[in-house]
Amino acid sequence: MEFKFSEENLQKIEQILKKYPTTQAAVMPVLYLAQEQNGWISKEVMLETASILEMNEEDVFGVVTFYTMYHKKEMGKYHIQVCTNVSCMLRGGYQIYDAVKEKLGLDNGDVSNDKKFSLEEVECMGSCGTAPMIAVNEDYFEKLDKEKALQILDSLN
Amino acid sequence: MEKIVLPEIENFHQLDVYIQNGGYEAAKSAFTQTTDQIIDTVKKSGLRGRGGAAFSAGLKWSFMPKNNDKPKYLCVNGDESEPGSFKDRQILERNPHQLIEGTIIACYAIGAKSAYIYVRGEYHKWIKLLQKAVDDAYEKGFIGDKMKETFGTDFSCNIYVHKGAGAYICGEESSLMNSIEGQRGYPRVKPPFPAQNGLWGNPTTINNVETITNIPPIIKKGWEWFSAIGEPKHPGTILFGVSGHVNNPGVFELPSGTLLTDIIYKYADGVIGDKKIKCVIPGGSSMPPLRGDQLEGVKMDAESLKAVGSAIGTGGVMVMDEDTDLVRVLARIAKFYYHESCGQCTPCREGTGWMLKILNRLVRGEGTSKDLDLLITIAKNIEGNTICALGDAAAWPVKFMIERFREEFEAVVKDEVSLEPKNKVHSMRHTANPIAPVQV
Repeated sequence: MEFKFSEENLQKIEQILKKYPTTQAAVMPVLYLAQEQNGWISKEVMLETASILEMNEEDVFGVVTFYTMYHKKEMGKYHIQVCTNVSCMLRGGYQIYDAVKEKLGLDNGDVSNDKKFSLEEVECMGSCGTAPMIAVNEDYFEKLDKEKALQILDSLN
Repeated sequence: MEKIVLPEIENFHQLDVYIQNGGYEAAKSAFTQTTDQIIDTVKKSGLRGRGGAAFSAGLKWSFMPKNNDKPKYLCVNGDESEPGSFKDRQILERNPHQLIEGTIIACYAIGAKSAYIYVRGEYHKWIKLLQKAVDDAYEKGFIGDKMKETFGTDFSCNIYVHKGAGAYICGEESSLMNSIEGQRGYPRVKPPFPAQNGLWGNPTTINNVETITNIPPIIKKGWEWFSAIGEPKHPGTILFGVSGHVNNPGVFELPSGTLLTDIIYKYADGVIGDKKIKCVIPGGSSMPPLRGDQLEGVKMDAESLKAVGSAIGTGGVMVMDEDTDLVRVLARIAKFYYHESCGQCTPCREGTGWMLKILNRLVRGEGTSKDLDLLITIAKNIEGNTICALGDAAAWPVKFMIERFREEFEAVVKDEVSLEPKNKVHSMRHTANPIAPVQV
């Protein structure tokens, strides 16, 4: 599917470019804009980004594949991230992860058929003192237990 | 007890409240001093980096070349991805202006015209809060071209917030620079060090968010004041993030050298259900763990922790009670480093994968005691053999956890075969048709 940055985003890119002495340095923020607009980073997004920033296509591809927060496929409307790293694990992170997996019927990296949910087991999100946690898209939900985590899923529609 | 980094003042994150409480006065006073004076003050204060290596901040600044027309840069490291570490997030939320003011002073001291504050991508909320604070500071003329009028100085600098995208390795300084440059976050070979060859090949200094936040009070109150707080060799307060099996987890700002037992029992309110402690990782998951019976009298500062065989790291104290399954904990830690290894150096890329496979075998109850020695061998072959410290970070927990909690691991493995060389000779003797007579 063809991808072009929206007029608004092109203006934002102008602003971003002012922050760095090279155009390549803008690739991470520009990819975030693209992801916001398109939902995920498709091949077309990478080609368009490379063309706008005068970068080699393979360099853009290299950046997209290095960083976990760029989605390489279409994700759910609600991207559920469950931390299972040590501090969360010690306080029930895996119970939450297992319960979420069962409720959504998804495994790590899966997207539901209706594209409503996607699930990711994530590494430490910096919520160790408020563990365990899940994140829905950009929002953190902390100090959870299994029941609270499932309630959060129920509240999403 | 005085709070330096996280003062308990309501709405301190707001610019007007910050100014009412003496905000941006340290920057004003800094501009009346020479850059050498400022570097000297920071050196004498004894401030050591809060990002893990605990290196002298003033000394680091002094490495920046003086007579050099290349542009200079400051990077402020807020990548904060070490499991067990969640302190910088508190600064971004509760005290962003002190971080910005510290950044301004640091820029002036090292001659940088641009600073990038690199914050991990998952911190969407805190990036917005920081960006708001930066925008407010621009508006008031504390950053940017208007600085000249505000502070009556010839100096001006810009501060940019750069959002990471989910890579632990970008907390490593050279990897962080590559990430800002728009590349894959691979660590660089050192030397050359960032002060010679950093961002875009220019002189660069990288400091942790907490380190920089300590700067304004040091400039305002003097190095004598700061150096008298806590342990003389590692002065100041440290943000200790306590997590795991404690009643009151959270971040506590305490003088360096505070007893680990005080942090756990007094501030974090003890262990849940009054259980005994089996293990404490004192500085984030890559630091060597301590046994529950090793904790008495341990002070929390770089030198004291080194003396008991661990390290301060990022001050992330992870507490595990007597019922914790350390084999599973170690397997989870290994999974993290396997996931985060950038893949550049063979020992780390391959070693982290093998350690994880073997530890998972132990978790499944299929391990043998040979595996324990094998794990330590792999760890020792990673340690020191990689470009950056992620190799060590992956190796230490495995090496020290098995050494210090051997009985826990022995309990889940099947036999007691040892790989000591003498046993190899022994087994040869029992071979039905030895190739040659064995000389003992």
